[in-house]
Amino acid sequence: MNATQTPASKPLNTIQAVNLALDEAMRTDPNVILLGEDIADEQAGGIVGVTKGLSQKYGKSRVRSTPISEQAIIGAAIGAAIVGMRPVAEIMLMNFTTVAMDMIVNHAAKLRFMSGGQTHVPITIRTMTGAGFGTGGQHADYLEAWFAHTPGIKVVAPSSPADAYGLMLACIFDDDPCLFIENMPTYWNPGPPPQPGVRIPLGRANILRAGTDVTVISYSRTVADCVAVAEKLSKEGVSVEVVDLRTVAPLDFDTVLRSVARTRRAVIVHEAVKAFGVGAEIAANINEHLFGQLKAPVGRVGAYFSPVPFAKALETEFVPTPARIEAALRATLT
Amino acid sequence: MSEVALPSREVLVDIYRRMTLIKQNDERFIAVIKSGQIVAPYYSPRGQEAIPSALSVSLTDQDYICTIYRGFHDMLAKGVPVRMLWAEVAGRTTGTCKGKGGPMHITHPQSGVMVTTGIVGSSMPIANGLALAAQIRGEKRVAVAYFGDGASNIGAFHESLNMAAVWKLPVVFVCQNNGYGEHTRYEVATSAARISDRAAGYQIPGVTVDGNDPLAMYHVARQAIDRARSGEGPTLIEAKTFRFQGHVFGDADSYMLKGEKEAAMARDPVPAYRKWLIKQGHATEASLARLEEAISVEISAAVEFALSSPVPDISELRRDVFAQEMLS
Repeated sequence: MNATQTPASKPLNTIQAVNLALDEAMRTDPNVILLGEDIADEQAGGIVGVTKGLSQKYGKSRVRSTPISEQAIIGAAIGAAIVGMRPVAEIMLMNFTTVAMDMIVNHAAKLRFMSGGQTHVPITIRTMTGAGFGTGGQHADYLEAWFAHTPGIKVVAPSSPADAYGLMLACIFDDDPCLFIENMPTYWNPGPPPQPGVRIPLGRANILRAGTDVTVISYSRTVADCVAVAEKLSKEGVSVEVVDLRTVAPLDFDTVLRSVARTRRAVIVHEAVKAFGVGAEIAANINEHLFGQLKAPVGRVGAYFSPVPFAKALETEFVPTPARIEAALRATLT
Repeated sequence: MSEVALPSREVLVDIYRRMTLIKQNDERFIAVIKSGQIVAPYYSPRGQEAIPSALSVSLTDQDYICTIYRGFHDMLAKGVPVRMLWAEVAGRTTGTCKGKGGPMHITHPQSGVMVTTGIVGSSMPIANGLALAAQIRGEKRVAVAYFGDGASNIGAFHESLNMAAVWKLPVVFVCQNNGYGEHTRYEVATSAARISDRAAGYQIPGVTVDGNDPLAMYHVARQAIDRARSGEGPTLIEAKTFRFQGHVFGDADSYMLKGEKEAAMARDPVPAYRKWLIKQGHATEASLARLEEAISVEISAAVEFALSSPVPDISELRRDVFAQEMLS
């Protein structure tokens, strides 16, 4: 293990985990470069310090603070990727991906297909989001369904520091463009350390907690709430299986369907607004494959269909709360 | 023609060869579309031949270009094989992109044609990335971004010029100003008197050149390419020209000023350059006729090759979406 890495026994948070993954990738492959606003150490290594120390270690040529120019950032990443580099481009907040949608959707996602496989775009787009900091309507959206709806791009949303590490490494060394979603309000939550250098395969869900009565499917921040609700219900003798998707697209329907085929009840939970969301796609697949076997309608819990609100009283209720997750699970059991 | 030191006779004739290939290819393409043998949207580059022809003689296969939907001239000048271009446009497996890209997305990395985009303004940010890779790796490659006058009003133009200037990227931005963005005249949509004036905002050289004058274009391009290759950073070239076939082939040109197109066609840069080459003794009527005949034969073979090639199997819909083939 690299001397600068955190010892494997020590808990760490997602900021540290992503930093370690970037460090590991840059150390092992000179084609890995970082682009993004404020990411070099002169600019404090990112607004929350995810890239701290990396420009000092690998130089300002490979770790570049960019202008506030999202199209140019993603365009530069795409161009470099086409000729064999593995750029990690940070779009500071997920809402800012909207300014670079042409580059992401029309180019990064499609160039492999449109070129008949002659070129491909192994970029990783790091972006953070999530309600909880009172940032209001333009800084906290979960927009993963837009990208999951686009052929050619992978969407990854880790739920813990260790997963963030292993999935980040997998994204960087994957040959397709990956959008990597980091939840900002839980950045500082500690968790068990990852195994150094070990990638977590993309497109494979993780059964985080085995259960027999109902399956709850989630990803990113809301996984922790699902686990907490599952623990609570277990005290009443209800056995909840928690499936953490890890990768939203391509989605591991095999694991989801196998789990639901056993429990015959399912609830999908995500922080994104419920309407037209990832949950709808999962529910449709469950219905297509397991219609006759279900004991209850598939439940969905998502944010209210409103922009992310500012007032704390609204923001707290806007996202799926543990109470709403619990109610949705109970509804499948009655 | 401009009064500066001439390139070699070989280069002068090579420029004409590329211009003739583009012109003949265009004429044949229009004939084949009209015959119904190929159905495809066509954004003709006729009238703009001199720009990439005079530029590409200063590039190698190691150098990159990103071009746009009106880009057959840029691709052919850069060296995309004619038969693969035709097969792609015919939607055949033998095309550059196995028939999956079509005329607006021709890609041919062997000749340095890295991206062709159908989105106005999108060639520039990606050309920056190609240049960035060369810079980081210490390679002497240059990236050229082609785009039209309309694209200089898109945000990505400004983002790209700024980033390229700040990082001194080895990139050349080539605006082919043909006077119209789709159906809208330059003056109606663009505040700058000259697009090259916009370079001043990014502290990079900006130069306007008669894009229909191969020698003037050659010299301006050469300077920008040398500058990029030697690490001095980007240049914005505005090459003035005119398109002979409107926005998309078949449009009625009703939005154009009366007589404007006819006047431009009367100054067709390809025969004008041919005449000059002969008059100055750089080529003979017979040598150019031979060259033209050879190109005509090559295009005929390309059309035949394209039309006799197989169409893609439906399984291609699952390939090249991701690295791994999709199962359903």
